[in-house]
Formats: sequence, structure tokens, C-alpha cells
Amino acid sequence: MKPRPFDYVRPDTADEAVALLAEHGDEARVLAGGQSLMAMMNLRLADPGMLIDISRIEGLEGIRDLGEKIEVGAAVTQNKLLAWPDLSKKLPLLAAALPFVGHFQTRNKGTVCGSVAHADPSSEISLSLATLQGEVVLRSKQRGERVLAAKDFQLDMLTTAREADELIVAVRFPVHAGRGVAFREVARRQGDFAMVAVAAFIEDKGHLRLGIGGMAGTPVVQRMAIGGMTDAIETIASGLEGYEDLHASAELRRDILRNLAPLVIAEAQKCAA
Amino acid sequence: MRRVNKDQKVRISLTLNGRKMSAETEPRMLLSDFLRHSLGATGTHVGCEHGVCGCCTVQIDGTAVRSCLTLAMQAEDRAVTTVESLAGPGGTLNKLQQAFRNHHALQCGFCTPGILMSFTDFLARNPKPTEEELRDVLGGHICRCTGYAGIMAALKEAAGLTNTNEPTGAKS
Repeated sequence: MKPRPFDYVRPDTADEAVALLAEHGDEARVLAGGQSLMAMMNLRLADPGMLIDISRIEGLEGIRDLGEKIEVGAAVTQNKLLAWPDLSKKLPLLAAALPFVGHFQTRNKGTVCGSVAHADPSSEISLSLATLQGEVVLRSKQRGERVLAAKDFQLDMLTTAREADELIVAVRFPVHAGRGVAFREVARRQGDFAMVAVAAFIEDKGHLRLGIGGMAGTPVVQRMAIGGMTDAIETIASGLEGYEDLHASAELRRDILRNLAPLVIAEAQKCAA
Repeated sequence: MRRVNKDQKVRISLTLNGRKMSAETEPRMLLSDFLRHSLGATGTHVGCEHGVCGCCTVQIDGTAVRSCLTLAMQAEDRAVTTVESLAGPGGTLNKLQQAFRNHHALQCGFCTPGILMSFTDFLARNPKPTEEELRDVLGGHICRCTGYAGIMAALKEAAGLTNTNEPTGAKS
């Protein structure tokens, strides 16, 4: 038993959950899969006074096809999305990125929205959401629902625009059937946090979107002309400060990006052809 | 709505390997420690306690999860399955366990319960995996003594990728 004591509450509905957040938002944390939060609590890096367990709320368990977007509820696990029959057709970037998220065993419990909420700079799901220009749906008791673009949601490392009384009820990924996409990352060991992760999304014949994770506080997404991408990648690589940590120096991260980005772009172009 | 305050004791009931069990504890109790200390089921091992090593992997409703990243409260009224459920009557090893024995896939055995519970779930969902898929799932476990060659040989046998049950490395 490693975490500090906390009140445990398991609401039955999203309304009950937002009512709890309205009252206890400042000291409470939302528990869905717990694959980041419980680890942080075991290490006592997180110390919430209350845990609001939303994992059994039926209304948050769905994957809904909204036509142009796919809405993934807050209690949907990463492996549930990975096993969704339409995934590789409608969200091919997620089909490519999700196998890199943690391990089979952590994806069984870790949620898609929880990963976005945690906002780790090397999160594959946050990077995919940003590259696809998806959205985050937030709900509070007082102000109801609001929708934020991915780029307005994640502000910095582990920092988001979510207010203390808000619950992330879903994220929405734009459907991109038939688009050229690719995702790869470099980590010390399979399943580890990525030192650098790269997503590529072909917009049209002349342009692509390049998404980069692990190099800044938030995913970096840049639109570039396919013709001028070598210079564009060099500009990004030398412009990003990059992280210095146990796993890699900033210089190594920049070098990985210089080498990885062209491979991922080529893979996306091949997939588009 | 279920609510337990931090200074309250709570009685948590769950099904462990087919038997209804319950014990009184605190809301901050981890499932790993609840199984071992409150229910006395010590087959599940505890290593890193932050989700990396995989020793503590158990199944909740048939799905392999890290019990060290799960509160006992989250397993309330659920079916938890641990390594103790695998052997048949009289301690007969099941196919996966026997494959581990055939290939010397364990030495100290600390990581073994978690690996067995992961693959019991994975192979049930993916009865015909590739070697690459087996490696990917094994990536969620750390073994510090046998190395992984014997474990991979056992997994390949259990998954039907190899016919032989000849021990790995036994040939000169």
C-alpha cells in the first residue's frame, strides 16, 4: 500500500462525476485506467485528497461514429480502441500509433482520454490527436460542455487547459480513411516512453502534416510542402530545444528526428499511393 | 454511488479464482497487496510497484492488468484470476505451465506468475499469434535471471508455433 490516504468515490453517472468535481475539483483527481495516475501516486508524485473513479460509468464507455469524427468516451481503454473493427479503415493513424502505447497489459486498462488528460510530452495518443487536429470534450456542472481543439488543450508538459471542475468526457478524432499516414518512435526499450515519436499525415499532393512528440512540452505539428521537407525538418530539429534526460541528450533527440522524420514521411507517402 | 472516506475502513468483496472472498481494508489499498496481505494469495508477486516490471499481472474479468496500478476498490465485485488458478487438480500443470517447465523458462520464478497471466489472456484472444506478437507482449515483463530465450521457446510451444517440447539449450 503505497499511496497516501484519499477519499474514494465511484459515481454511477457523468452528472454525478461533474457534481463531485464542482465541489472537490481542487483536491480531486479523476481515475479512469490509472496507468499514469496510480504510478504517480505509488511514487507519491501525486497526492490527491479524493479519487473520482469514472471507469464504471456506462455513458463514457462508448466509441461513437459521428460521420466525420470518431468520438471516444472517457472510459474507453486503449486496447478497446485498438480492437475497434473500423479502426484501420477510419483512423489509420491511431491503428499505427496505439501499438506503441505502453504494453499490452497497460493498454488493457489505460484509457485513450486518460493519456490525453495526463499530457505527457511523449504520449502517442496526444501526438495523434494533435496531428489529426482532433478535439477534447470537457464538461462541468456550472458551464456545461465545451470543445477545445487539441492544440488549445495541451499547454505544456503535464499541463492542460482543463479547469479543476471539468471532466474530459470524450476526445474526437477526425476520420481520415484512405489518407497516407505513418507513425514511428524510438525508445530505449519496446514499450518505454518515446525519446522521439513522429507522425506523418499527407494532406494533399503537395502538403503534409508532421507531428513530433518527445521534443517539447506539447506535440509539435507543422504543415510543410512535400518538396521542401528536408529543409523544413532541419529547421524544426535545430529550432526545438529538446529534452535532456536519462534516456537521451537534446542533441541525440535532434539527430533522431533528422533521421526518423524522412522515414516516416516516406512510409506515409507510400501508404497514400 | 460508492463512497469511502480516507479514514474509513471498507470491506471489499470480489471473486478470486472462482471463490467469493472479502476482507476489510483501506480505500488506498492496492489490488496486489490486497491479494497477498488481505486474502493470503501470495502467488502474485510484487516487483517495481509502478507498472514497469509486470510481476504483479493478474486478470480482472479475464483481462490481464497490473495489480500494482489497480486499487482493490476497482476490483470490487469483479472476477480476479491469479496464477493459483492455472494448475489442475493435484497440481497438474496446464499447457502453458508445462511449456515453461519443458524449456527451463524460469529460474527464480519471480516474474513467472505475471508472464503466465498475461499470456493466458493474450493466447485466449489470439490463439494463432506470430512470434513477433509474442515478443511484443513479453515486452511488458522483465526477467532478470533466465534471459528471454527459454521463455520465448515456451511461449512458441504453448502457442503451437513449434511442435517439439525438447528443452531449449539442452543439445550440445
